[in-house]
Amino acid sequence: MRLDKWIAVLFLLGALIYGYAALNYPLLPFERNMSFLPNTLPIALSVLAIIISLFIIVTPAGAGASDDDVLGGVDVARLRDYKIGQAAMLVGVMILYALALRPVGFLVSTTLFLTGAGYILGERKFHIMVPVALIGAAVIWVLVDLLLGIFLRPLPMFPA
Amino acid sequence: MLEGLLLGLDAAFSVQNLLMVTAGCLIGTFIGMLPGLGPMSIIAIMIPVAIKIGDPSAALILLAGVYYGAIFGGSTSSILINAPGVAGTVATSFDGYPLARQGKAGKALTIAAIASFSGGTIGAVLLMGFAPALSSVALLFHSAEYFALMVVGLSAIAAFAGPGKVAKALMMTVAGLMLATVGESALFNAPRFTMGIMDLQSGFSFITLAMALFALPEALYLVLDPARGASKGSNEIKDLRITKAEARIIAPVIGRQSIQGFLIGVMPGAGATIASFLGYAVERNIAKGADQDEFGKGSIKGLAAPEAANNAACTGSFVPLLTLGIPGSGTTAILLGALIALNVQPGPRLMIDNPSIFWAVIISMYIGNIVLLILNLPLIPYIAKLLTIPRNYLIPFILFFTMIGAYIGQNNATELLILVGLGVFATVLRFADYPLAPLLIGFILGGLLENNFARSVNLADGISFMWDRPMTLGLLILGVLLIALPAWRRHRAANRGYIQGD
Repeated sequence: MRLDKWIAVLFLLGALIYGYAALNYPLLPFERNMSFLPNTLPIALSVLAIIISLFIIVTPAGAGASDDDVLGGVDVARLRDYKIGQAAMLVGVMILYALALRPVGFLVSTTLFLTGAGYILGERKFHIMVPVALIGAAVIWVLVDLLLGIFLRPLPMFPA
Repeated sequence: MLEGLLLGLDAAFSVQNLLMVTAGCLIGTFIGMLPGLGPMSIIAIMIPVAIKIGDPSAALILLAGVYYGAIFGGSTSSILINAPGVAGTVATSFDGYPLARQGKAGKALTIAAIASFSGGTIGAVLLMGFAPALSSVALLFHSAEYFALMVVGLSAIAAFAGPGKVAKALMMTVAGLMLATVGESALFNAPRFTMGIMDLQSGFSFITLAMALFALPEALYLVLDPARGASKGSNEIKDLRITKAEARIIAPVIGRQSIQGFLIGVMPGAGATIASFLGYAVERNIAKGADQDEFGKGSIKGLAAPEAANNAACTGSFVPLLTLGIPGSGTTAILLGALIALNVQPGPRLMIDNPSIFWAVIISMYIGNIVLLILNLPLIPYIAKLLTIPRNYLIPFILFFTMIGAYIGQNNATELLILVGLGVFATVLRFADYPLAPLLIGFILGGLLENNFARSVNLADGISFMWDRPMTLGLLILGVLLIALPAWRRHRAANRGYIQGD
């Protein structure tokens, strides 16, 4: 089965769960008499989603996949050539960055993130990468914190 | 109209707004050249800045400037290194890159600049005529018609998604509508579908969603497939001038494609990408003999056509946004979100309630086009330098910008985890050939759709409004036809055995 069918199956599951949650939505006592309920649209949406995902699952693959390369799409047949490991590691670093941003502070975590991401991509010239990352982090901090007035904790010793 | 024009001139020619449009064009051009960052991602990144500005017309002028700049920057990298940064400029690379390889990069960039300028300017003139007419009709609309109109818009977006993708686009639209139901809404008394997570109480943030759906998958793509962003050509730029004979050849092409591109841009769901491909295809079909063979090998017509069309379409896509409050493309959907965040409700009342915003945006389109022309011609050699940033530096920074864009909007780490999770899922969806713009459009229209639906149901005490009001009924039938007709015709064509991937 092709990837898009698997995704349709996933959507079907999601729609079923969503529909179940919508049907069991705890209505407030006075809401029961209203003509439009908080779960009216969600129920309709889940029915629609179930129909469409079933339709995608049962219809044969279309012939329209040929224009993908023109539109900048991906070639699933070339999947093995893709650097999935690198991408997965980058996603991991992004999650670490998300978790570290507050406790460690913006400047330190951003510099580490930029350097780490560069390292994963194959950069080894740290004498260039680290200063670039530091300057980048500092410039963005100045822009966001001082110019836009959105507080970003720069270093761990500042109040969160 | 004249009164409005003066109002717009007055607003747009303030020092602040002139600065905004110039800054927007500059930022857009430079970032748009980087492969992986299209107008949608750039505008999404700029939204926190726009919200901080606070003045809606200044913010919209900035974002509109970024939009044109990004489309233009995309053409620059398409022509110079065959790396279109934006889907809308892919057609530009068909003939632009061969021209650059023949050592005519300067000429190609000049043609692109002139074609974009003409396309954008003609588009702005048409917008001025179209928008007021459309919005006077739109005043007849009540909540039932609004609901029906949104159904039409959403089905049009799915219907134009391309052959074999209609069901997938519909699926994505419904998924977007579902995401929109998460959290609290003005209509009801309790948050829905938050699964007890506090940070979901206010629903998904649309900046996070926009980043996760567009910027992040593009960046991950660049990692997965290094060949995608690799530069392969020389950056040599010689003669910038075009001859009189060449000007005579491209003038009618630009004229035709500006009008066609604009009309395509007006239709919801179409937009710059389709306009540029269609413009290229039409010009190739009406060219004769040797002229036609030249296409794909460095035809100046083949370069001028998509460039004029995509800029005119960008302008055209503002028509449904400003007059009906319905975004015609992913980019205008992001702009709609930004407007709502700035407490401006786009729609037929916009011209009456906030005429200065409406007209200032239109005037700023002219200024933007002129700024782009002034900017691009002399800066072309320097612009090309930016393309030489190594990807080991480029990709970390793109990732960082997407994350910080989402973080400063919400200021919590959960948002970033949602961003990464949705981003990975969106990348997989792109592998499976699911279009992502419908998801975002569904998400943004979801709240409006439910509000109008609820209001009509409450007024009619049931769903009888769907057939009692002729305009609602007509629009709903149109929406169904939009989905059903192409599918039915494809089905018939397939049965006869001559289906072609058009």
